[in-house]
Amino acid sequence: MHPALSVILFSTLSGLGFGFLAFLGWGALMPSGWAAFFLWALGYGLAVAGLLAATFHLGNPRNALKAFTQWRTSWLSREAWASVATLVILAPVALSDIFALGLPRLIGQIGGALAILTVFTTAMIYTQIRAVPRWHHWLTPVMFLTFALAGGAMLSGRAWAPLLLLALGAVLLALWRVGDGAFARARQTLGTATGLDRLGVPSVLDPAHTAGNYLKREMIFVVGRKHAARLRRIALALASILPALILLLPLGVWGIALAALLHLAGALAARWLFFAEAEHVVGLYYGARG
Amino acid sequence: MNQPRVDTQRKVGDEVRQTTCYMCACRCGINVHLKSGKVAYIEGNRDHPVNRGVLCAKGASGIMQVTAPSRLRAPLRRVGPRGSGAFEEITWEEALQTAVSWMKPLRETAPEKLAFFTGRDQSQSLTGWWAQQFGTPNYAAHGGFCSVNMAAGGIYTIGGAFWEFGQPDWERTKLFVLFGVAEDHDSNPIKIGLARLKARGARIISVNPIRTGYSAVADDWIGITPGTDGLLILSLIHCLLEAGKIDLDYLAQWTNAPLLVNGAEGPEKGLFVRNAESQPFVIDRRTGHPAPWDGKDVQPDLGAEWQGNRTVFRHMVEEYLKPAYAPEAVAARCGVTATRIRQLAAELADVAFNQSITLDRPWTDFRGKQHANMPGRPVSFHAMRGISAHSNGFQTARALHLLQILLGAVETPGGYRLKPPYPKPVEAHPTPHFVTSPGKPLTGPHLGYVRSPDDLCLLPDGQPARIDKGFSWENPFSAHGLMHMVIPNAHAGDPYRIDTLFLYMANMSWNSSMNAARVMEMLTEQRNGEYVIPRIIYSDAYASEMVAYADLILPDTTYLERHDCISLLDRPISEPDAAGDAIRWPVVEPDRDVRCFQSVLLELGARLGLPEMVNEDGTAKYKDYADYIVNHQRRPGVGPLMGFRGNGEAEGRGAPNPDQLNRYIQNGAFYQAHVPEEAAFYKPWNAAYQDWAVRLGLYETPQPYLFNIWSEPMRRFQLAAEGFGPRQPPDHLRARLKQAMHPLPIWYPPYGDADAAFGYPVHALTQRPMDMYHSWGSQNAWLRQIRGRNYLYLPTKIWQAQGFEEGDWARVSSRAGTIVVPVAHMAALNEKTVWTWNAIGKRKGAWALDENAPEATTGFLLNHLIPELLPDREGRRLSNSDPVTGQAAWFDQRVRVERVPAEDHPRGTVEPMLPRLPDPPRTGGGRAQNSSKNFAKSFRKLLAPGGEAAR
Amino acid sequence: MTALPQTTARKLGLVIDLDTCVGCQACVTACKGWNDAGIGLSDQDPYGADPSGTFLNRVHSYEVAIPDAPAQVVTFPRSCLHCDNAPCVTVCPTGASYKRAEDGIVLVNEDACIGCGLCAWACPYGAREMDADQGVMKKCTLCVDRIYNETLPEEDREPACVRTCPTNARHFGDLADPDSAVSRLVAERQGYDLMPDMGTKPTNKYLPPRRKGPGDASPLAPLLDIKATGIAGWLDRMLGKL
Repeated sequence: MHPALSVILFSTLSGLGFGFLAFLGWGALMPSGWAAFFLWALGYGLAVAGLLAATFHLGNPRNALKAFTQWRTSWLSREAWASVATLVILAPVALSDIFALGLPRLIGQIGGALAILTVFTTAMIYTQIRAVPRWHHWLTPVMFLTFALAGGAMLSGRAWAPLLLLALGAVLLALWRVGDGAFARARQTLGTATGLDRLGVPSVLDPAHTAGNYLKREMIFVVGRKHAARLRRIALALASILPALILLLPLGVWGIALAALLHLAGALAARWLFFAEAEHVVGLYYGARG
Repeated sequence: MNQPRVDTQRKVGDEVRQTTCYMCACRCGINVHLKSGKVAYIEGNRDHPVNRGVLCAKGASGIMQVTAPSRLRAPLRRVGPRGSGAFEEITWEEALQTAVSWMKPLRETAPEKLAFFTGRDQSQSLTGWWAQQFGTPNYAAHGGFCSVNMAAGGIYTIGGAFWEFGQPDWERTKLFVLFGVAEDHDSNPIKIGLARLKARGARIISVNPIRTGYSAVADDWIGITPGTDGLLILSLIHCLLEAGKIDLDYLAQWTNAPLLVNGAEGPEKGLFVRNAESQPFVIDRRTGHPAPWDGKDVQPDLGAEWQGNRTVFRHMVEEYLKPAYAPEAVAARCGVTATRIRQLAAELADVAFNQSITLDRPWTDFRGKQHANMPGRPVSFHAMRGISAHSNGFQTARALHLLQILLGAVETPGGYRLKPPYPKPVEAHPTPHFVTSPGKPLTGPHLGYVRSPDDLCLLPDGQPARIDKGFSWENPFSAHGLMHMVIPNAHAGDPYRIDTLFLYMANMSWNSSMNAARVMEMLTEQRNGEYVIPRIIYSDAYASEMVAYADLILPDTTYLERHDCISLLDRPISEPDAAGDAIRWPVVEPDRDVRCFQSVLLELGARLGLPEMVNEDGTAKYKDYADYIVNHQRRPGVGPLMGFRGNGEAEGRGAPNPDQLNRYIQNGAFYQAHVPEEAAFYKPWNAAYQDWAVRLGLYETPQPYLFNIWSEPMRRFQLAAEGFGPRQPPDHLRARLKQAMHPLPIWYPPYGDADAAFGYPVHALTQRPMDMYHSWGSQNAWLRQIRGRNYLYLPTKIWQAQGFEEGDWARVSSRAGTIVVPVAHMAALNEKTVWTWNAIGKRKGAWALDENAPEATTGFLLNHLIPELLPDREGRRLSNSDPVTGQAAWFDQRVRVERVPAEDHPRGTVEPMLPRLPDPPRTGGGRAQNSSKNFAKSFRKLLAPGGEAAR
Repeated sequence: MTALPQTTARKLGLVIDLDTCVGCQACVTACKGWNDAGIGLSDQDPYGADPSGTFLNRVHSYEVAIPDAPAQVVTFPRSCLHCDNAPCVTVCPTGASYKRAEDGIVLVNEDACIGCGLCAWACPYGAREMDADQGVMKKCTLCVDRIYNETLPEEDREPACVRTCPTNARHFGDLADPDSAVSRLVAERQGYDLMPDMGTKPTNKYLPPRRKGPGDASPLAPLLDIKATGIAGWLDRMLGKL
């Protein structure tokens, strides 16, 4: 799949943002005053920036409001509801924190749960797609949720954040390992895609069009094996191991900031790979696999 | 929940106009839907005999031709050096005056100094007639580099040809065999026919080095080695003779098999034995005595030997039963196993003789004999450029017709059927005319069918009279001329120099020439401060590669903006059951200062005072092409169009009808005259057909004839080569004339095979894709997306031997040059053959394409590898063509292929890369593109950087 | 609207005969022409170095390696299969993507499309292309603006690709009706689904190429031993039959 910057930014920033908002909602930090303002602003900022980035992925954003209509069937629509609900429900909690209004924490806890649900809906947008075998696995939501929880725990300075970060590393490794065999396990080949397996073993003679098209640009992305391996190591180090180690050092807020920056960079790399390495079965028609 | 409302009642446009397509040579009927006067949609005309409603990829893309940015917009005069592309726009008055000022002095002093050659135009009866009135012998259309082996091979053998001039009896044939058929010509009719065969479960076999298109859907594929089709066919004949599976009755009645061939040494040897009335005759089985060949109840003895003269049949049997034609003897050469050859022969025989059919239709033959029914052999063939574009193509075409004849499968039910005006024997065609006389027309048409050396176009000193050396000893039967040799010959001054070259719709500086890069040099070379070819006038609708090399450009309209007639005098749209012709008419008006070339030609004719183009008072006889189409009469009562003549009811013959074009338009832009049922088969011998053809005006008297297994005209040339007769060939051509002019179909290795010994072992072919046509479709915005680059396809053997990998390039060389091109692997390919799609490559800057368009950077031509001359140690200029007809031997090409790994070719563009052609003045633009989304688009691009899309 | 209908009264779709498709691309441009005039299918950089455009139907060309036989070339048209279980429909957040209850045609309501591209991701067959100019998703409509269009002659009320196909490789009809011509074709010729394991239940079916190879005519027997009898013997035997 084409690793579009808009979608990468969207899913990493909003994932981190909603993760952090969850922890804020659950009252992990209980800040107040300016501190509360900055922390909630950071959470909202990340989440909203992500959502805004997502709108750049839309060809026709004028109709964006219609995306709320299909929550019964569409994970994207559910994500829209969940994200808006989270942001709306947590708003009074944030105000309460900033201005010490003393709103019951239950609302924050509900909002926090919704934030995690939002991340889950995001993950399910990808997980549901059978045509991309690498995504179509329960590890995909696990990965998204681990990212959100680890990121949130990190930003909210939880002592066990390093553990979550390391768990994230394990999830990434598992996801890659499982993912690398996913296409083969889906047992889709040019033969099944065309039905010509009845006859023999097909291969591409001429492309349908010699010119480019949307499908080739959007669904068929070839990433070099060496390049991917290097990026995986970088992603693992930056998103998981280094932030965990840094958090173990007595660096205080600066440690968290540094860890968060590294983690974000790692998350971007991991998410780039999440798209770039994902093979869509439509690539079979173009000889991209099988 | 409610579903959205969908507009299911959309109106396509406000008007439909029916005309004839011109996106290739097929001439399908189209419905052009107009919306507010603009073309909105084009679809096939369901009532049209050619395409019955279907339309190919090109036809449906015609809308993009009208809006193409490459369209020229006004007449142009060259102001910079040739090839520089520096032009100024001039008025039509200036353009016409210039052309007349160049041509008029030539006509008055040396008409042959004007050479007028047209490319793929469909108005050859007009253009040829114009050249005849001008008086130059130098006229032809593009047939010489296209189809003439098929046309001439067919006419000289069965009085009709493959290509679009006949078709299988789609309704009844049970086995259809294609030889060398690519998918470009007569494409919709053949596709429709294939569908009909598939629907009936009839069997299709394709003999073709490449298994694409029709060969891909065929039930069996024989991946023959190029240039050996004739040998395979003669081997099939060997098998059939060996088993006695031939149609003796058919041979005895309808062919010259029973005629006696003179066996006496001397100037008559090999000619038919003739009686006192100069008629050939047969031996009657009942009496053992000579009898007239057209006698009513004569039973010709095929095996007769009379006074030492044996029948054609005996000569034929003796030739083809030779062991040299046995499958085992030809298998290796053909790349087909002996078993496969025997299987194919068995299939042919099985269908022809065990599954024969009979139509219950009584008919009477030209001898007056009545037949109760029409027996048929449901085996049919079709052949195309794959067999004809070789230096043995004429003989191969003849061999295939012979195979059809032996099976009794021409003009019989289930077999191959000719379309009016064919069948038509050689004797019903004119001979070529060439004698010039300043200020006077030629005495007859340029192109014709030679019967003997007496008909050659030679000057008193024996030199060729035509600039293309047509109808000379080098290629005596060049019925379509040799357009591909005009520029090289004019450049070399061989046989003489010309002054003005006048071309229409022919991309001679690119894909229509052999050795294209060299041709460009010939066009720009100067001598004594003047171009070697001093003046070039060119007419085209688009900024093709040729435009830059002309001095005066006459911009043509598109096919939707013009009148045309697809005439019985030329290449009509007949069916076996109906003569048919058609028109084009301006369904939209041109939006720029361009004119229909044919109207321009008539105006030039009037200004030059050409006899048939001016009235007695010197005024123009025809207002424009439409006026000519309606009012011109070639013979009294016979004009360009056969329908709605006289009072509107006359068919074929009748006075001009001023309302004729309207009637055509009302009728869907075509007309059909139906062949009576009893006349539908056995046409060359069927009295009812002959009478119908005379009534329609196809000819003036019935023209029954026998199929020519033995060709007397060919034998006359052999005799000349053997030293007999007053007209003698130059010595260096004697040997090849003796070989090539064999009166029976024979096979000899294509001349290109000689290159194999010099390190060029591989055959190189091109095929025209079904979605692109020559040079006039490649700039089409839709079609170029489908096929905007091409690869050289390599067979597995070559691919593996050299370790080719995807993304690699190949250096391909021949004795004419070297190209570096992208490659792809193809297993379904003859193992000694490489090929590519034809004419995808474009010159940088041509056709209003971006200079980095894939057509220019990775698209390529094989033309750079194809020499226009044969190697000759004496330095003689012999064209790389068939020695009989002069057909360009494109497919003789031999090359060497060497791997260029992708990493060694980092530039990733083809070689040679000729300099960019400058853009001539044109309208530019293309269809307006919606740019409202450009901001969003560029923003999205910004957000989605990097990454490489797969090929 | 993105809920799939439980059942559809009819299942209109195409049956594509790979035994007759010669890969001529006629259906590709007929589709382009018809739909460009209707919903608009834009081209980017049409005369440029990197042209690209929206097409709803594309014809691929494949080569098939077959054991003990020469390789075969199969041309393969690919367009929307109007699946019963269309994943492109259920993923749509706005309801723009829907399957019609009356005939099973899968359509995009462009007025509601946000151009998120998710439906194209969900489709295993590459049936959907985002129009770069309009920013909305395009797909085969089965020419819904032809098949019910009373401004067209009745015989023309079929998809543009079917009407134009010169080899009759494309058949249009109701695949829910077991007696329809298309259903009978599928039954006779073992029509099949593409990627059946994807669970999409396509409506369109493909007919496989028929078996190819030499025919079964019995070998020709020589008339006689020509070496022994010479041509004369052959002529006697042959012409004696006349």
